[in-house]
Formats: sequence, structure tokens, C-alpha cells
Amino acid sequence: MTLPPALHTTPRLGHWLRVDPGGWVEAFTGKVELGQGILTALAQIVATTLGVGVDQVRMVAANTDHSPDEGVTSGSLSVQHSGAALRQVCAEVRALYLTRAAAAFATTEALQVDRGVIRGTAGQTSYWALADDTLLDRDAVGVPAAVAVPGVGTPRIDLPDKVFGRPRFIHDLVLPGMLHGRMVRRPNPMARLLSVDTHAVEARPDVVAVLLAGSLLGVIAVNEAAAEAAAAVLAALCQWDEPESLPDAHDLSTWLQSQPADISVIASERQHDQPPAAAHTIRHRFTRPYLAHASIGPSCALAQYGDRLTIWSHSQAIFNLRRDLALAFALPEAAVSVQHVEGAGCYGHNPADDVAFDAAWLARGAGGRPVRVQWSRADELGCAPFGPAMAVEIAADLDAAGSIIDWRHTIWGNGHGTRPGRGSSPALLGAWAACPAGAEPFERQTAINPPLAAGGGAERNAVPSYDFPSWQVTNHRVLAMPLRASALRSLGAFMNVYAAELMMDELAGVAGCDPLAFRLRHCTDPRARAVLERAAAHGGWGTPMLDGSGRGIGYARYKNTGAYCAVVAEIEAGAEIHVRRLAIACDVGVVVDPDGVANQIEGGAIQAVSWVLKEEVQFDRAGVTSTDWDRYPILRFSDVPAVNVDIVPSHAPSVGAGEASVGPTAAAIGNAVAAALGVRVRDLPLRAERVVAAFR
Amino acid sequence: MVTLTVNGAAVALPGPDTAMLLDALRNTLGLTGSRYGCGAGNCGACMVLIDGYAQPACTAPLWSVANKAVVTIEGLGTPDRPHRLQTAFLDHQAGQCGYCLAGILISAAGLLARVPHPTEAAIRDALDRNLCRCGAHNRIVRAVLQASQ
Repeated sequence: MTLPPALHTTPRLGHWLRVDPGGWVEAFTGKVELGQGILTALAQIVATTLGVGVDQVRMVAANTDHSPDEGVTSGSLSVQHSGAALRQVCAEVRALYLTRAAAAFATTEALQVDRGVIRGTAGQTSYWALADDTLLDRDAVGVPAAVAVPGVGTPRIDLPDKVFGRPRFIHDLVLPGMLHGRMVRRPNPMARLLSVDTHAVEARPDVVAVLLAGSLLGVIAVNEAAAEAAAAVLAALCQWDEPESLPDAHDLSTWLQSQPADISVIASERQHDQPPAAAHTIRHRFTRPYLAHASIGPSCALAQYGDRLTIWSHSQAIFNLRRDLALAFALPEAAVSVQHVEGAGCYGHNPADDVAFDAAWLARGAGGRPVRVQWSRADELGCAPFGPAMAVEIAADLDAAGSIIDWRHTIWGNGHGTRPGRGSSPALLGAWAACPAGAEPFERQTAINPPLAAGGGAERNAVPSYDFPSWQVTNHRVLAMPLRASALRSLGAFMNVYAAELMMDELAGVAGCDPLAFRLRHCTDPRARAVLERAAAHGGWGTPMLDGSGRGIGYARYKNTGAYCAVVAEIEAGAEIHVRRLAIACDVGVVVDPDGVANQIEGGAIQAVSWVLKEEVQFDRAGVTSTDWDRYPILRFSDVPAVNVDIVPSHAPSVGAGEASVGPTAAAIGNAVAAALGVRVRDLPLRAERVVAAFR
Repeated sequence: MVTLTVNGAAVALPGPDTAMLLDALRNTLGLTGSRYGCGAGNCGACMVLIDGYAQPACTAPLWSVANKAVVTIEGLGTPDRPHRLQTAFLDHQAGQCGYCLAGILISAAGLLARVPHPTEAAIRDALDRNLCRCGAHNRIVRAVLQASQ
């Protein structure tokens, strides 16, 4: 039997699980809590498989010194990957302990386990009584097979701390002798620091040191307020060379489509040698702006630089961060430790890794004392990697019977990945401003896309979710990267599904067909049909709407291999677009925690509502200007629609839920706007001026 | 030196009276439940009750809270004696990353102190100063509704 992939890299059972005689098990995972509830889901898998209570499972926060290396916590893969590994490990551990218990009882009967207590007719013992680390000092072998069973859900293990305001986040961590650091960031990615007079700030009694290298500038102070005040003074003293390096924010699609690009045909299908003649051809261009992560908590890290470099970080990828820090500071990887501590909600490659570099760099000048660094709100909204702007053109041919016979999906934009741990230079913002070893700054990386087999980047979900006889996906990976681009929730799927599903509605109109029926006509997969039909039923598909209101549908299978999701949206079009209701149906395979799935699906949908209606990184030729919540507004409580999530029961393997609803929700809203106003708005976000422009 | 009460106890805060309340709570008193989000009073992560009204602590200078009663999330309730809002938030699993929750609980507590049985629309209006990025809004509103019944 095949082992889950994570057990090939970390096969030893004892690296994943430890039975403690005190009455609990410790479970180790390389996946990290990002606010998505993954530790609770994994604890449930451990508890169910071993036969212990969730309260008897202690999930150990990931650390590069003792946790399995499971790469990045991303792509809605944690239940699929870490969950499968822990389920297999726990099945084998259970078998080993039961064998030992059976030997003690001198029995061959099948033993029962409940809350760690092992029972047979011959007697009773427990994991705790038999606890023996040497028993797990062996590799997973793949037998017996671990079978996933649907869970009933358990309360989040991290939520009580958060509801009672107890220290839990990295922001709350206090180390003995800790100092506070702040960075002064460049006004734009290409700016160069010409001069800064640091004497006055260095003379402040509460300032420990001002550090300057190349265009990298920071300050260490004895307390947080002093560090903040000193950084503000330094910022005002800086003379920058600020090239006008950014494109015209109001004409991004022209810029994207005229740039040098790495052009590739990502995938294609040709079922006919000679394609049948098209009765109708429709072609449109769709665009999205740069999007910000906009987490409520700014990024934060702590570092201590002595004989070794120790980092406390909310990174999504602690092993990759360790590798790039070692590269940046010319240290062996073994001299760097990274401990994961929870941060605020993470939706992709945010500045968690960047601030870890900042803390390490400042700590190197702190005489061995730990330094805590927190980014400002302005830097969090202005200097973080963005979800890149995109342009998508789709051309589709219909035959005379109203079926799609060819589909051509073409993308322009940056890659969606500049994550650490993969390049020849560190992918850390500060390292691009100065090299800690004193030479030239490290080379700034250009964003790349993960391969389609791993879900793709810009091209994610550009492969049709329907059965078209002929289609082709082409990507233009734009090589210039004036604003740093990287992974944001669902990567290209948000734009690609928006574009494809607006096309589907328009084609349905040409074919004289109801949009739901038109989708079902092009879709044989029963799981896809089930989510479409259930979303339609919950969303009142086909029932009348008030004037000025509209209903629309959107569907995709995330990454074409993950969760199925369909959404019916109801909107009201007044001076602005309001989303009133979302009916969502999803199929995520075997569900570990139904409430956790509903929470992730609804959260992704509400974030998509915010992106579609409001969000757009704003900038002029010299720098980003949307650096506060007034200029980068996100959805507020009174704007949030009612949401119903229907989880279709399934025995298929578990897949992640965190990103599946994003594209279908966006598309359902776009189609609902068309139903209400009779106009398709193809340029996001759906702000009033764009809606008005679409009428022209 | 500014004197006030925090969670019912009298405290005297050293330093300039132009320092911000949030910094004093987190770094001087070690009450880290009030979160830093924007430093401009725009996101609500640092909300505290000041004489019963929910206000951002990041833009409240110490002089503005002299002789006033400040209640933080730590003073709202404890696991042994939870505020009914805290019980309801756990019942509804109302949150995802949880960074915004302390400020939201305080805003809701300020509302319920004045309007014991608010409508759903009134709850949403009262929470409009609080941002949540994870999309836990509807669970949060349901929890506040439960706590008000």
C-alpha cells in the first residue's frame, strides 16, 4: 500500500506522535495554525484514529528543530496531507500498542480502546500505562490501512484564549530583556536611500541603536513607543531617489498586455481533428486589480541573535524561512531555529517572513538581546506582497444547437509566487534592500507560477470545469514586477472563475437557455451536478425577484481536482451594489469537522464579496497610496450578506475547504449584477464607476 | 502620572500623559488582550470600555482617561466567570483567527449595556467600527443575538 507523501520524507512514527504516561498524546505536525482551525481538525483525526479524547491530544506548535518538514501551509492541502499522514501514523501506533496489550493479556481477541483505555475480556490497561517511546522508534510501514471516517466536529482548541483575551498571538509574546524594533521602509520597491542623518535619533536616551545598510534602515529602542517615535523621526529625515517605476493604475490591462512575457500553452484538449463550424463566437476581456491581504493584525516577529539565530514567527513555511534566513545571514541552516507562533488571519504569502528578516537583522545589532518587530498598518497595506493584477480574455464558440465546441482562455499577469525557500536569493523584502553580509543587495526575485499539476498559479482554474470537446489555456507570465506579487487566497482562480462563469451566462443567453440548465448540459460529473442543483434549490433559482435585484450562479471545482462548489448570489443594485444572500453548496469529500468546513467556506465567500465589491490597491507612479483602512476599505458588518452553506455528504477523499468558494462567489455576484442591470461588468471591483462605465 | 481604574482596580500610569492607552495596557500593565491593528482608531481591534462606552485605545491619550473606568477584554469575564457574550461566542464558535474578537466583544458589551435586546440590524450597526477579515461576521452576530436573549 502507498504511504501518504509526508511519510516518505518523515517516516519515523516517533517524529509524529508521542504517548505520555501522564495521560495524553503529543502530536507533531509541520502545518501551522493560520486562523483556519487546522490544529483542531488534526487533533480530531488523531483522537478518532487512536481512540482517545480530543482533550487528550496536545498539538505541538511547529518548530524547525523537532517538527516534520511539511513545506508550506497553503493551497487548502493540510487536511489532505498532514491529516493523511497523522491518520496513518495513529493507525499504526494504535496497532502497535494493542499488540503489546494483547501480549500482556496473552490473548488473540480484538481489543477495544476508549479514551486511551484498552479493554479485553482478559483485562484492562491503557496507552498511558504502556507508554514507551522506543515502541515508536520505527518507520511507518503502511499497514494496517487507515480509513477516514466522517467527524462530528469539536470546539476549536484555540478559541477560548481568543475570547478571553489571553496571550496567544505572537504579538503578545514577551521575552526576558526584550527590546523593540521598527523599520523605515522604502517609499516604493525601486527607491534608493540617498542619505539620512541618524545622529539626533541615536542620541535619544531610549534608543539603543540605529542600523543602516544600503537602503535598509531600522531602529532598536527600549520600548515600543520609543521605537515607533524614533522610526517616524528617521522617516522624515530620509532623502530617497524615487523613480516613477509604477505603471498607470487606471490602465493596468494595457500595461499587462504590452509587457515582455514568458508565454506558454498550459493545457489543451482537442477531441476533433477538424473542429465543427461555429454558429456564434463570443470574446471578452476581464480584469482584476492588485489585491491586499489586509489582515487585521500587522505582521510581527521576534529574534535573538547569539551563538545561533532563533526566530519566533507566524510564517506559513518555517523550514523555507529558515533556509532563506541562513542564506541572507550566511549561516548554516543548523544555526537557525524557527518557532511558529500564531499570528492574525493569514490568506497567503503575507509579510510574516519579511518581518522575521527585519527582526533578525535588528537583533544582530542588539548585543544578544531579543528584539520584537511589528510592521505598521501603512507598511502592511503598502509593502506586503499583493495578489497580482490580471487580464483574462476568453473566446468561446457555440454550435447551432447551442453547445460550446471550443474555448480559448488567455491570461496576462505576474506569477503568483515569490515565497521564500525556493530561489537562489532570499525572498525576503529586507534582503532586497541590503545584504546583511555587506555586499550588494540580493537580487529581487520575479514571481513564478506553481505547475498545473500542483494547482497552477495564474492559470489556476483556467482549465474549464466543464466537458468542452476542445479548449486551450495560454498564459503570459509578465516578467516586469513593479509591485511585488505573490500568493493570495485561491491565486488566479478568483479571476479565472469570474471570467469563465460570466462567459457561461452570456453563452447561455445566446443559446436561449437558462444559465443553470446550460451548465448542466456541459457537465456530466455527478458531484458537480449535485452542488449546482443544491445551490440552485437553496438559492430559490427560477423564482421571481424584485425590480433592481438580481440572482446569479457561479460554479467551479477548485484546482479542477479539489472541492466542488456552487453559489447562488442575490444582489440589490442601488447607488452601489449590495450582496444580500449567498446560497452555497460544496462537496469536500469526507468531512473531518462540519462546522470547520462551513466556517471556511463562508469565510472565503465573504472575503470574495469584499474583493468583488470594494477592493483595489491604489498607487501613483511613485508608490502605493492605499495605506490605511479609509483608502483600502474592506467589507463591514452591515454589508455582509446572509450565507447558507450546504455540505454534500461524500465518501471521497478529504480535500481542503478554505479557497473553494472564492471564485464561484465572485462569479455568482457578477452574474447577479447582469441579471439586475442587464450589463456585464468585466472589470473588478464592482464599484459604482465601473458599473456605470460598463453601460457605455 | 495618570490615575484611573482598569478592570475595577486603581492604577497609576507613569510616563507622559500623551502616551496612548493601548501602549500602557499592553506594555506597562501586561494586558495584551486588546490588540493593535492600525493605530488610527479605524479597525476596532483595540476597543475597550471607557466609562461604559466602547472606544479604541490606540488613539486615546492617557490624559483623556484620567479618573475614568476602563474595562478590557480581560475584565469582561474569565473562563470561570464568563460574560454571557463570551459564552455565546464559544457556543457559536464565532471566530476564525480571533485577532478581532476582543474588540468585537467589547463593542458588543457596550451595546448590550445600553440596549439589552437589540435587533440584528442594530447589532450590525454597532459592530460596523470593527473589522473582521476572516468572514466570521454572521456567526458573531448570531452569538450577540443569543447573548441578548
